[in-house]
Amino acid sequence: MQKNREVLLSLKGVKTYFPIRKGIIKRVVGHVKAVDGIDMDIYRGETIGLVGESGCGKTTLGKAILQLVPSTEGEMNYNFEGEVKDLRKLSAKELNEARKKLQIIFQDPYSSLNPALNIFGSLQDPLKRFGVKKKADIEKIIGDLLEAVNLRREYVYRYPHEFSSGQRQRIGIARTLSVNPEFIICDEAVSALDVSIKAQVIKLLQKLKEERNLTYLFITHDLSVVEYISDRMAVMYLGRIVELANNEDLFSNPLHPYTKALLSAIPVVSLDKKLKRIVLKGDVPSPVDPPSGCPFHPRCPECKEICKTKIPN
Amino acid sequence: MNSDVVVSVKNIKIFFYTDQRCNKAVNGVSFDIKKGKTLCIVGESGCGKSVTALSIMRLLPELSRIEEGEIIFNSEDGPVAIQELTKNGKAMRKIRGSEIAMVFQDPMTSLNPVFTVGFQIMENLLNHNNMSKREARKETIGLLKKMGISLPEERIDEYPHQYSGGMRQRAMIAMAMSCNPKVLIADEPTTSLDVTIQAQIFELMDRLKKEYETAIVLITHDMGVVAELADDIAVMYMGNIIESGTLKEVLSNPAHPYTKALLESIPVLGKGKNQKLEPIRGTTPDPFNRPKGCQFEPRCDYAYEKCKDMPADELLGGEHVVKCWKSQEVLKDAKK
Repeated sequence: MQKNREVLLSLKGVKTYFPIRKGIIKRVVGHVKAVDGIDMDIYRGETIGLVGESGCGKTTLGKAILQLVPSTEGEMNYNFEGEVKDLRKLSAKELNEARKKLQIIFQDPYSSLNPALNIFGSLQDPLKRFGVKKKADIEKIIGDLLEAVNLRREYVYRYPHEFSSGQRQRIGIARTLSVNPEFIICDEAVSALDVSIKAQVIKLLQKLKEERNLTYLFITHDLSVVEYISDRMAVMYLGRIVELANNEDLFSNPLHPYTKALLSAIPVVSLDKKLKRIVLKGDVPSPVDPPSGCPFHPRCPECKEICKTKIPN
Repeated sequence: MNSDVVVSVKNIKIFFYTDQRCNKAVNGVSFDIKKGKTLCIVGESGCGKSVTALSIMRLLPELSRIEEGEIIFNSEDGPVAIQELTKNGKAMRKIRGSEIAMVFQDPMTSLNPVFTVGFQIMENLLNHNNMSKREARKETIGLLKKMGISLPEERIDEYPHQYSGGMRQRAMIAMAMSCNPKVLIADEPTTSLDVTIQAQIFELMDRLKKEYETAIVLITHDMGVVAELADDIAVMYMGNIIESGTLKEVLSNPAHPYTKALLESIPVLGKGKNQKLEPIRGTTPDPFNRPKGCQFEPRCDYAYEKCKDMPADELLGGEHVVKCWKSQEVLKDAKK
């Protein structure tokens, strides 16, 4: 069934390396391999979850798709209403147009809003940028947006410090929606929120998706949220995707040992069933010098000789 | 009096004074910390869980005052009233770090970056025990080894920035455990860590509890962590413990609307997309402008006129205590 659906974004061998420079002449002595060869198709209208530990490159991948950090290699083919273009090869002008379609919701609702600007000030820029000039129009659109995220119209002239964290996150979502995007990257959008607020924002994101036919790339480390919200899920480890599957398959039958360990590590709110926990030894290796072969082999409980030399397909 | 109770907190009130306003951060909280048991204090940010923990350590900031109540620590030489000791007095300094120790939330900021990890752990040992430096060093290496840090002989001379997040937190726990404390207070010890590292830390804490019979107070907002580790739970909301009891009593029969709502508002792993998420409406009230009576009343689905008065604690059998006028109704709904 999935094959019939339209591919919105297709990633092929995407790599993002950050150079490490040393010495007076800033010689490049190595690379941090943040994203190391990602192949993934994202279909229109789906929510795809991207999970992994901190430092595994999830956020870098998100930013690389938006061209906020330069990528080193690979193709990112985005479907602009029938016309497929590589995001990496867009001209500055085309990229500006593309930014209307691709947007991001940031993690921290405190630092992503300018404290010196009121809500009108923060939200008017993207609108002005994409052609709405009259102040009355802008005011009306911002009012509508605030209502779409369950805030009151009258809040337009308030400042960020007057809002709680959940409200701020919703303002961030409103700003993202202001240009009518079709693809939104939610970078840990609910991780910084309090438990009782989290559910509000998750429900809002779901509502907006249905109303506006959005596609989400949901980056998070919280597996229970991903399971609830996404259709498919990709597990990342050290710059690579180690498992990509439908939600049900992945949760009922994880195949990669890392996914198994990750699933068993999550504390579950229930009294009767206690999973046998697989405790991984050690820490995530440095992406500067990833282990040879499968990047997970030094911590893997099912490591074989071949894992040390060859990267599995 | 139960001999297993190590620290007993009775009706403590802690107020903060700023700008001629008064924030009643903790408003009458009582609980017991028992030997070899884990007490979990759960609540949203700003509900007073950390302040309660800091008050036991007498580490509260200048602006705050313990207004009422008592904290009794049952030491080997008889009970000590912690709230009456001077903050930096000899008696308090003797207890802090050796009898009651604390693991802080953020391992990045709670270690001093200009001293080696080993030096910081040794400091505690040298202060509280009659030890030579050589003995302390040996002890520290042993501690690091026990915490599962590889190559402790080399790692002891490294600086915090050379440690990863999980290792730093383990070093913090090593520091807290160095004098075999009777009580270990852990204030969100795994919030800034990854799930796989979190599992390692939990494993470690569980072992400590079993081996040394340490009483653990775990402060968290994650219900999953609670279900995993706790023996007893206390749910806090806006400065009050609104429900407490053993793990089973509270999780299977939540009697307070807030506990019930909290359990319904988090997605549970393994239930997939079919589960219903029920967000709690509204937000936590402004601490300077609190509702009268029950603090949860403006957000509560069960609220009625009587909720304008603060309900008293009601014992539901066993150790299950709840602070709600309509607890019977909530219980009935929870069973459905």
